[in-house]
Amino acid sequence: MIEIKNVHKSFGTLEVLKGVNLTVDKGEVVAVIGGSGSGKSTLLTCINGLEQINSGSVLVDGVEVHAKTTDLNKLRRKIGIVFQQFNAFPHLTVLENVTLAPRKVLGMTNTEAEEIAVKQLTHVGLADKLSVYPGRLSGGQQQRMAIARALAMSPSYVLFDEVTSALDPQLVGEVLDTLKLLANDGMTMICVTHEMSFARDVSNRVAFFHKGVLAEIAPPDQFFTAPQHPETKEFLSNVR
Amino acid sequence: MFDYTFQWRQALQKLPLLLDGALVTLQIALLSMAMGIAFAVLLAVARNSRSRWASAPASVWVEVSRNTPALFQIYMAHFGLGSYGIYLSPYMALLAGITFNNAGYLAETFRGALRAIPGTQLRAARSLGMPSMQAFRLIIMPQMFRIAFLPMTNQMVWAILMTSLGVTVGMNTDLAGVTQDINVRSFRTFEIFAIAAVIYYLIAKAVTIGAQLLASRLFRY
Amino acid sequence: MFDTALTLSDLMFLLKGAGMTLAVTFFAVTGGTLLGLLFGVLRAQISVWAALPLIFVLDVFRSVPLLIQLVLANAFQAIAGLNMPPFATSCIVLALYTSAYCTEIVRGAIDAVPTVTRRAGRSLGLTWGQDMRFIVFPMALRVALPSWIGLTLGVMKDSALVLWLGLIELLRSGQILVTRLQEPMFILMVVGAIYFLMSFPIARLGGQLEKRWREDD
Repeated sequence: MIEIKNVHKSFGTLEVLKGVNLTVDKGEVVAVIGGSGSGKSTLLTCINGLEQINSGSVLVDGVEVHAKTTDLNKLRRKIGIVFQQFNAFPHLTVLENVTLAPRKVLGMTNTEAEEIAVKQLTHVGLADKLSVYPGRLSGGQQQRMAIARALAMSPSYVLFDEVTSALDPQLVGEVLDTLKLLANDGMTMICVTHEMSFARDVSNRVAFFHKGVLAEIAPPDQFFTAPQHPETKEFLSNVR
Repeated sequence: MFDYTFQWRQALQKLPLLLDGALVTLQIALLSMAMGIAFAVLLAVARNSRSRWASAPASVWVEVSRNTPALFQIYMAHFGLGSYGIYLSPYMALLAGITFNNAGYLAETFRGALRAIPGTQLRAARSLGMPSMQAFRLIIMPQMFRIAFLPMTNQMVWAILMTSLGVTVGMNTDLAGVTQDINVRSFRTFEIFAIAAVIYYLIAKAVTIGAQLLASRLFRY
Repeated sequence: MFDTALTLSDLMFLLKGAGMTLAVTFFAVTGGTLLGLLFGVLRAQISVWAALPLIFVLDVFRSVPLLIQLVLANAFQAIAGLNMPPFATSCIVLALYTSAYCTEIVRGAIDAVPTVTRRAGRSLGLTWGQDMRFIVFPMALRVALPSWIGLTLGVMKDSALVLWLGLIELLRSGQILVTRLQEPMFILMVVGAIYFLMSFPIARLGGQLEKRWREDD
């Protein structure tokens, strides 16, 4: 379970998260939507400790992420994250990209790591690209590789930060399909997204962020048909 | 105009000696590059560090090595350290001077290369649970060397050419030193130095072409 | 503060040496730049095959140590009975050495001017000469200037080698003082400081120019 309690986060004088409260249970898929600068991406990076928080707490399976004594490296093995910019390691092949962390961080042997990597890459549909370098892959393929790379660590939670926003329209579908697969497998996911249809079809709850605050959160049918807050209503009316 | 007979045969007989000297030249160049690269990585990281204790001395090293002559740096190693009772042999002084110089120039190259790597690479590696050092070693450094490869090759060629400065501090086992030795004894200055020049040229070309071949095999992406 | 035997006249001696350094650098860079402009324009115009001899010769200047070049040139002029003073020999060798690097800078800068821009000019009726003067030169100058400044500073540092031909430039002046006063570290640090002062401000200026012009784009 991920518990976010009254988290405040500022970049210099600009407060980006103004007291956010959110609990995500095991097996839940939470879609996070909202305008640019509303704090959605920052929330994700605060969960895995890439960003510090100013006050409040973030607990992952009862462990306080931002405590001085927490071993962040160990914690990050449980929390996978996939970014908007796929961040493929260009000097490693697809297979090497995915086996790197299992080998170096989890200490697996080459054989063990390769077995897992091949399984994950097949799952995302990249079984035939194992010895290819990322530079030769399309954006959609690189993003799917990034997903496989995160999953190879067998995380308990996976965070997705607008993973389709940097893709050409025709490549978005293949990545969303992968996310749907994951959700069906029972993976706990927090997805920051602009894709409303995805939010509607796949998530258990939809969270709306507005100016650093979690304005509204509800199951999709309720969220999209009967939004409560005025900002939510306005946001949804501006979105197709 | 030419009241002089060129004695090429006599000079060419010294070829084996010159080639021995060329080997010493290569040895010094390779050692100075290996050490220079190691120092340069540390300097580049130190310069980017937020701690003044790290970045200030690193900056001094880099700026001094880049704004003073290489010959001056060698003189410092050979004569300057004498003030503190440290007497480096011509070989050690030459090696120290060239290494100091290499480190400074390469540090600047590496700094630029590090800046060209998106910060998101490190984020992605850290997000997979990799500690900083490991992420730097496995993800950042390979990309940095790829970007810096051509400047590194140029620096290697310069290192080879810089070894010739050793004659000014009494070095007599490298190519230039051996050449000067023969020159002083035979007075066939032009012929012997011309042959040395050809050898330097061939070594420089071999290194450049070798590096290109190496690059095409290492960086297949 | 410093307990040293270095007198003011000694300092003047060093500065005289610095003057020699600057003089050699001046002639080398002037000659080298003029030749570099000529060869660079030539290289940018004619095909690689036709330019091969020139490419080869200039490459030799960059692949043989400067010290060896100075010795060879000096030996050659002695053999040829030219009786050139070492200053002249040094300046000529350094100028040729500079031109080898300058050619590449000029060629690179000309190539950096977009062909479409030049074609636009020619289509308006400008001659090749006018294209060069009004379109290529201003744009190429921006690209070339930071590298050219770097080259000039490099030549200034490399000029220390002329001490081998007997010229009393800055480093040799320092060495003479060290022999007399026996304070190697201190004197060399003064020499280093003078080199640093001659180089660092100009290097910084070049860097700032580069940054400013890049932002202008």
